[in-house]
This record gives sequence, structure tokens and C-alpha cells, in this order.
Amino acid sequence: MHFTINGQSYDAEPDIRTSVLDLCREHLGLTGSKKGCDHGQCGACTVLINGRRVNSCLTLAVMHQDDEITTIEGIGQPGNLHALQDAFVRHDGYQCGYCTPGQICSAVGMLDEVKKGWASHASGDLTDPKFDDAEISERMSGNLCRCAAYPNIVDAIREVGGAEPAGRTADEKDAAMEANARGELVA
Amino acid sequence: MNEHVMDVACRPAGLDRSKQGVLGLGLDRIEGPAKVTGVADYAYEATPDGIAYAAIVGTPVGSGRILGIDVRAAEALPGVIAVIQGDPRMPAGESNSRALPKFDTDVILHLGQPVAIVVAEDQAIARDAAALVVVRTEAGEDRFDVEAQPVDTKPEIGFLPPVDKGDLDAVMADTAVTLDRTYTTPVHFPAALEPHATTAWWEGDRLTVRTSNQVIGGARKTIAKALKIDADKVRALAPYVGGGFGGKTGVGAEAILAAIAAEVVGRPVKIALPRRQTAYMVHHRSHTIQRVRIAADEHGVILGMGHESVVAQNDDGEFLEPVPFGTLPLYRGDARRFKTDLVRVDLPASGAVRAPGEAVGTFGVECAMDELAEQLGIDPIELRRRNEPETDPVSGKPFSTRRMLDCYTQGAERFGWPASVPAPGSVREGEWLVGIGMAASLRGNFTVEAQARVRLEADGRATVECDMTDIGTGTYTILAQTAGEMLGLPVSDVTVRLGDSDLPASAGSGGSFGAGSACSAVVLACEDILGELALRMNAAPEDLSLHDGCVSAGGRSVTLADLVRGEPIVAMGKTGPGAESKRTSQASHGAHFVEVAVNAVTGETRVRRMLGVFDVGRVLNRKTATSQITGGMAWGIAYALSEEGIVDTRTGAFVNPDFGEYHVAVNADIPQLEVHFIEEIDTSANPVGAKGVGELGISGAGAAVANAIYNATGVRVRDFPVTLDKLLAGLPAV
Repeated sequence: MHFTINGQSYDAEPDIRTSVLDLCREHLGLTGSKKGCDHGQCGACTVLINGRRVNSCLTLAVMHQDDEITTIEGIGQPGNLHALQDAFVRHDGYQCGYCTPGQICSAVGMLDEVKKGWASHASGDLTDPKFDDAEISERMSGNLCRCAAYPNIVDAIREVGGAEPAGRTADEKDAAMEANARGELVA
Repeated sequence: MNEHVMDVACRPAGLDRSKQGVLGLGLDRIEGPAKVTGVADYAYEATPDGIAYAAIVGTPVGSGRILGIDVRAAEALPGVIAVIQGDPRMPAGESNSRALPKFDTDVILHLGQPVAIVVAEDQAIARDAAALVVVRTEAGEDRFDVEAQPVDTKPEIGFLPPVDKGDLDAVMADTAVTLDRTYTTPVHFPAALEPHATTAWWEGDRLTVRTSNQVIGGARKTIAKALKIDADKVRALAPYVGGGFGGKTGVGAEAILAAIAAEVVGRPVKIALPRRQTAYMVHHRSHTIQRVRIAADEHGVILGMGHESVVAQNDDGEFLEPVPFGTLPLYRGDARRFKTDLVRVDLPASGAVRAPGEAVGTFGVECAMDELAEQLGIDPIELRRRNEPETDPVSGKPFSTRRMLDCYTQGAERFGWPASVPAPGSVREGEWLVGIGMAASLRGNFTVEAQARVRLEADGRATVECDMTDIGTGTYTILAQTAGEMLGLPVSDVTVRLGDSDLPASAGSGGSFGAGSACSAVVLACEDILGELALRMNAAPEDLSLHDGCVSAGGRSVTLADLVRGEPIVAMGKTGPGAESKRTSQASHGAHFVEVAVNAVTGETRVRRMLGVFDVGRVLNRKTATSQITGGMAWGIAYALSEEGIVDTRTGAFVNPDFGEYHVAVNADIPQLEVHFIEEIDTSANPVGAKGVGELGISGAGAAVANAIYNATGVRVRDFPVTLDKLLAGLPAV
């Protein structure tokens, strides 16, 4: 079988039951995409197929020989981070890091969906959805983070996607925390 | 080796004098780029050549005896390399440093107990073949319903001895104001996102395992004990661990089984537990039934307090959920009774999940305090203030540091806690009922023996090495910050090597003791290096000034690289508990404040905002410490609202052993969370002066949510989680 992943060509002969996720992880050495549940319940395996986000554990490799697959390895690399990857680092949008590649692939796909005007469950106006924290949280709720870095994930995506913050901005929070440190340090 | 056990309080001068100013800053994680690009490799990754895949066969029933295992159909499947059963080293469950499980037993302890391993060329084949193994069993008398079992009131397991001071029954009978309530919490799964996984390979008689484990030094010894080989023949690697939450503190059966399989087939073998199998092969937190009794005078001053619980464990388990652990030093009151009883069941093992004791015990005691405040007509914060103890009310020991009152005051101020809390069910915005709640947070602090090696390299950079793990806690970064602070280096000049059991033995990640213990070992190692640098500078250590890779003393300034002169300076540090640890009562403290909205039509609860103030000793990295706390707060929200492992009492199966049905918090459940620290360096805790952070955030968080729900609705739910069905009947008319 022949696959195009991150713009590169790969030939592989996986078992016909092999998912796109296992193709990447077990056959092609692309272990950036993570397996959390293998049931499409956690989102750790999220990749982009023809630009749309997909749970790669739920789709068979054999179905995607003519598709463009993008995994986290194709989004950015150490030293050449995508804006979202950089924002996740600065906002601490992760802890253990296991869900992170899926979160970032999902965020890339999600921002594109917003750009196209696709509505979500959180949209007040289905024909003209606003982009705010509620939209980010709703649209990212298919990606579980057991460490629960959710507020920081929202901060990172908001910064890159240009949404309006809810309540305090991240900068305001940082400033408040620094003031807190100065005022309360008992040396 | 520079060793400081905590026999006396300790405050390393090198940290106070430092000019680098890097410890405590909210720096980005140094391993961040590896994590966000997928380069960070976990246990199931970085696979050796010739790997074979394994799947584990579990018992199809939850009690009785195994009569036989028929592997013929599985063996006949093309691609199957071996089906292994009956090996005397095969564990029936988890191993840990205190206890080994049964091996190669025909006794069935619970459904899904591992009994055979299938090894195949491919994951799909292994999984397919595992389903073809037939396990014949003889039925036993099952004990799947925890509420139907006899209660052992004097269990001989568990680490927390019962406390019975004064005569609580008499105080309850004689006091005007009393409260006697029962609260229940369900089974909780640790549910780390990274599956429990191991890759194992042998080189001669030496075993290497890449394993998803929080405490790899302990794992190395435990694996050796289980396999009956010398510990120095085992190397455990865990450079990255995708969350642990207590579930990865011991050695799962899959790690031992992978090692056995690799030996049998003569190839590297890897196993990752499928998500639904994880619920059976990894321990969970027991359900709890908690009776809380409080006797107080008319001013709300507590005279007696009881926290007595019942929890479950299977016949092979040694762990007893220490429900009242956080209650012990929380409030005053001379009469005190704290104990935890046991029911034995035929269910998977219960064990330590994030903040064992406090995570669920605070649901009982902190909701009871809310109920008592209402009964007395006192503000819940004021009630807690009046009961702040001056010394540990159980042991009489002085507190090392305790800023609980400041947590209440600052939290109330920042949150905007009103002078008078609105009556329950009285605030309404359209179809939403709005309420506020608070709870105290406390987690015992421990210091554990830990070593670290620091090398000041020829180029003036430093390398820190120990067998700690970073399970998302920030270990890589805080160790770099600690060494940078002591040696006058930016963190970009410090390399941190963790997750290899060949490195100096640390505490591992568990019980919130990892950061304080490991960073202290690094400080002590650096003290030795400073001593050597002082000699070379012909100065006293206290006269050295180190900053950005330069050492200055007596008007002379030299780069570290010049001072090292080609041969690295290598030093070891070691810390551990001592007399000071025993002399003082140590804990981290905090207070949570929550605003919820409950839909009057559907009973749906939304947490609108949540804020906490925490006393954790020295903050090692403001960003990662904040993240750990907010993660715990989010767990508290999910414990309050949705997490509930349900047992099918007919079969001993979990009804909901996956993320589709066991509802951890999702992004949309969690609002922006606000965390503030009160930083008082705790010189009794450990040399670096840090108390535990990782488990503090969950302690009390769920109770604060439940108290806010009560304030919003007037409905007091004592059976957690507070789901819609439990609220609906009591909600005011729409």
C-alpha cells in the first residue's frame, strides 16, 4: 500500500485491520500521534486527513491510500515550532504531554473550521459563530487531557486564533500572580 | 556525598545567596518542544528491532477457580508466536515494594485477572488470538456487592492507624450542637491518558524494560523480586510518563508478563493495556462510605469530631484507602475518632489514586463543615477560623508551617466572598440557580530519601542525573532551575537526565514528595561543587558570587569553564526524613472558592469560576506548580459532578471502564481557574523548603463544588457525584 504523510511517500504492507494510527506508530516510526483509548473517545490520536481532523484510531489505513495525512511531525519540529506548538509551550497547555500532539492537531483543524464559519454546539448564531472561550472549549472537548491543562490550552488557542478572552487575560493573570508573589513572599 | 537527613531544620545558604534568580520563576518546561512536536518518547515507543506484540488474557468470571486453559485455537492462528500460561512467575495482579501478588494461582480474585499471554507478530493478531483462548472455571461464591458484605472493623491492612482520643460518643450526647451525616463516594479510576505499557528485552541475563511507571527505582527492585533475579540485572527506563495519578506507582502485571514473554520468545516484546482492560489490571480508588460526626459549642467551636469509614479491597490487596488522612490535623476538638473499616470483595484491587485519603475524605468532612455552619448560622469561613488548631490536634506536634488562615482570608478577598452568604436557592438568573461554596484543602507532606548527581562539565554547563520521573509534574524543569540557582547558570546551560534506574536513586513520583526530595538532593550535590569551586577560587564558599556561568570572589571573576579546567566536577547529594520530620506536623494547605450555576429545568451544573489560595512552602516553578494545582481542581470538579466507576454486582464487571462512559472532565467542563500561592519556605520539610503540590489541588475541591451546588439549589446531596437525577426532585418549581 502507498501513503502520503506529511508530504512524504511511504510504502507499507500492514495487516488489513490496521488503523491509520497503528500504521503511523507501528509501521512507519511516526510515534508522535498517541494512542490513549483506541476507541475514538480521547482524541490523543487526532491527525489531519485532507485538512480535516480525524481520530486516526477509528479509520483504517487501507481507506486512505489517496489522501494527504498530516501528523504532529508534519505540523512543526523542535526548533521550527508551529505557532500553536509555541503557544502550548508558553501557556503550559500540557503536563504529561501525552494528549498534546492530538490537542495541537485538533486545534489546527478546529481553527480552520472556525475560519470557514462552521458552527458548533456553543454558537449562538449558527450562520455567524463568534470565536470566544466557550467556542474553543466546546470545539476542543473531543480531546481529553487527564492532567486537565484545559484553561491553558484555551489560553494558547485563543492567542493564536485571535479570540476574545473570557474574564482575565493570560497576561493579567500572570501579572496578578507576580504581584501575589512579591506581596506574600515570607523569606 | 553531601548528605542532610532532616534531623534539624535546613536552609541552604547557597539558595539564599544566589544571584541567578531562576528558582521559582514560571519558566516554560525545558522538555516542552519535545512534547508539543511528538518527539518525546513514552514506554510503547522507541521500539527495538524485531519487536513482538503481546496481549493479555483475563479470567472471564470474577470468582471461583481456574480449571484449565485451552490455547489451541489461539496457537493455530497465523502470526501467533507463542501462547504462555502456567509459568510460575506469572502474577495475578500488581506488585509493589511492600507486597507481591499471588503467582500462577488458580484462585480467581476478580474478573479479568491475567492468566495467559499471547505473543504475535502484530497487535491485531495478538488481540484476535487472545479472544480465542478458552479459560474453564469453577464457580465460586461471589462478593461483588460491596454493600452486602460483612464489615471488618479491625482490619490488619493499611498504613494509617485508627485514632480514638477522648470519648466522642459522650461528647456527642452532651453537646447542644451536633451533626451526624453519612457521605458516599464511588469507585474512581486513575485513568492516565497514556496506557499502562511496557517494552521488555533481554540481553543475556540482563533485562531492560521501558515502562510506564512513576517510581522506576522501586520498579526495578520489584520486577527483580517478582522474576527472582538480582536487581542489578534489571534496568527500568521511563524518560516520559503520560500521567500516573497513583495508578503507575507499583509494577503492573503487564510489566512482568512482558518480561516473561520476551524471555520465552527470545525477542523484544511490548504490551499496552487496552483501555477497557486497564480498569481490571490497574488499581482503582475504593468506593467509600463515610460517617462524619461533629460536636460543637454554640459558637461553633468543635469539641469532638469523628470520621469513620468503610472501604473495599480484594483478598490479595494490602492497601486500605486512608479516608480521614486529611481530617486528622484539620480542625480542633479534643475528642477525636478516626478509623477506616474494610469489606473484602471479589473486585479488582483498590489502591492509591491521586491524594489517597484527602481526595475523597474532604467530601465528607468539608461538606459536613458546610452543613454545620448553616446549622449554627455562622459563615463557613468563620466556622473554620474558629476551629483552626494551634498545634496538631492528634499528635500535639507543632506545625512546620501552616498558613491556612491566610488562605481563607486572601481567598475570600480575591473571590469576593460576601459578608453574608445568600440563602440557599435564593439567587436566580433566568433558568439558572446560582450559588457559591468554599472548602479547606490539606495534604500531608512527606520527605523521602533521595539522591542526585550533579556534574559541572568541562564547558561550564551542568548535568543533573537521578532516577526521578517527570509524569507531567515539571521535574525536568525544576531540577534544572535548582541546579541553575545553586551554580549560577541559566536553565539553558543545565541538562537533566531522568527516567533511568541506573541513575542515582530518588524518591520517584508519588505522594507529592518527588519535587521537594529530588530538588533537595540536587541542592546538596551543588553545595559540594560550590565547596570545590571555593577552593579553586581561594575563597570561602559564602564569598562566592555566581551568575550566568561566571564565579566571582575577592574582586576576581572567572568563567565556570575556566575554573573546571577540563575534568568535570562531580558531586552527589542525598536527603531523607529525620528527627525534624518526626518532631513537626507537616502539610500543604489551601482554600477553594467556587461559583456554580445549576439549571432549574435540567439540573445541569456548570462551574462558572473557581479560585484557590495555597500554602505549599517554596514554589519551585510558578507555572508548573499552578498547572498541577489547576489540574487537581479540575479533578475535584469531575469528582463532584461526573466521575463514577459502576460495578455490575451480578458479574463483578465494571459497567463503564472506558472514557466513553467514565466521565473525566472535558475542556467544556472547566472554566478559567485562578490559583494564588502564599509562599513560606518550610525549613523543616526538606533542604529546598518545598511542600507537596501535586495532590493538594484536588483536596477539598469537589466539596467546594458540592457546597456551592447546595447554596444554589438548597438540595444537599451526600452521595457523590452530584448528578442531575439527584438534584431534580428537590429543585424549586420552574
